[in-house]
Amino acid sequence: MKLHSEIKSHNYLPGKTMIVLTLVFSMIALTSSMKYKSDFHMSDTADGVKKDSIESVKAFMKVYEVLMSPRCMNCHPAGDAPLQGDDNHVHTMNVVRGPDGTGLYAAKCSNCHQPTNVPGLHTPPGNPKWQLPPANMKMVFQGKSPRQLALQIMNYNLNGHRNKAQLLEHSKDTLVKVAWNMGEGRTPPPMSYSAFVNVWNEWINKGGYAPKQ
Amino acid sequence: MISLNVNQKTYQVDVDPNMPLLWVIRDIIGLTGTKYGCGVAQCGACTVHLNGEAVRSCVTKVSRAEGQKIVTIEGLSANNDHPVQRAWQEIDVPQCGYCHSGQIMSAAVLLRENPNPTDQDIDEAMSGNICRCGTYLRIRKAIHIAAEMQKTKSNTGQTKNSVSPVKI
Repeated sequence: MKLHSEIKSHNYLPGKTMIVLTLVFSMIALTSSMKYKSDFHMSDTADGVKKDSIESVKAFMKVYEVLMSPRCMNCHPAGDAPLQGDDNHVHTMNVVRGPDGTGLYAAKCSNCHQPTNVPGLHTPPGNPKWQLPPANMKMVFQGKSPRQLALQIMNYNLNGHRNKAQLLEHSKDTLVKVAWNMGEGRTPPPMSYSAFVNVWNEWINKGGYAPKQ
Repeated sequence: MISLNVNQKTYQVDVDPNMPLLWVIRDIIGLTGTKYGCGVAQCGACTVHLNGEAVRSCVTKVSRAEGQKIVTIEGLSANNDHPVQRAWQEIDVPQCGYCHSGQIMSAAVLLRENPNPTDQDIDEAMSGNICRCGTYLRIRKAIHIAAEMQKTKSNTGQTKNSVSPVKI
């Protein structure tokens, strides 16, 4: 009887352990699934749009032209100083990115850049959110090949932690739109804003593929 | 009518909301310590504090400053004894002096955010303030002196205005 009881007890513990293990594995699986969903992930169809690597890459090449235009690239520099002008020269006044991208000390972006454009030539363009990407997520455009830039934008850990929905939404951000309203004397990007949104969405919805080079 | 808080005093001004803050400060309120330099945020002579930040008042519409806290050079300290002002006097920083109210307002923000600035910190903070007399070396030296003065409590002499932690 005693022996039987011990055996029973012995059998009971692995059973309990199994339940606990099952629960743990389920939680791990659930967590992984949630993480997977939060990462950028392409399904076979997105909003009824089928994945198409050729069309996706074609769309990205148009996106690339916009992102490499001075209106976008000047605030995505390779260094820690923003760029200015159609010739991408380094911003005057020795201004720097700062930890959060809004400048430093008495040289913060919004000290000169107002919520709206200042009229006239050579005046600061305006936006309520004017800033560079932060120091811990620089999101550099300058010097990137089409492939490098596409892969960077599609990488959740390099794109400002944006998933697919957030990337699509990003084209509506006021700091993206401002590229088409930069005040006097600044050449706008090489296509209209609505054309840009179309190719941006097409690139992502058709798979977010990167060109070979 | 626009309500402005300048140097802890409230003003009701009847002006176009698009009027530059600098115009209101100088021509309407009559505080002429802040100077007009370039009019396009390139020189820093017009720097004032807006909620503690060193904004260029020549391009800042008065509507942006409505209901906010503005501090001009006249209100930086109670008795012109902010450490930066004391340091400026100690080594006679200005030559013509035109840019120096802006220089001092910028330096005050630097020292609030970084009490021990290096030469590089000073360059990064102050390069937007241009001095046509080229007093840059004395400006840098005075900021180091002010940093030392700031460490001694009895030398601070600052009003609440100059150390406002509020962000825009």
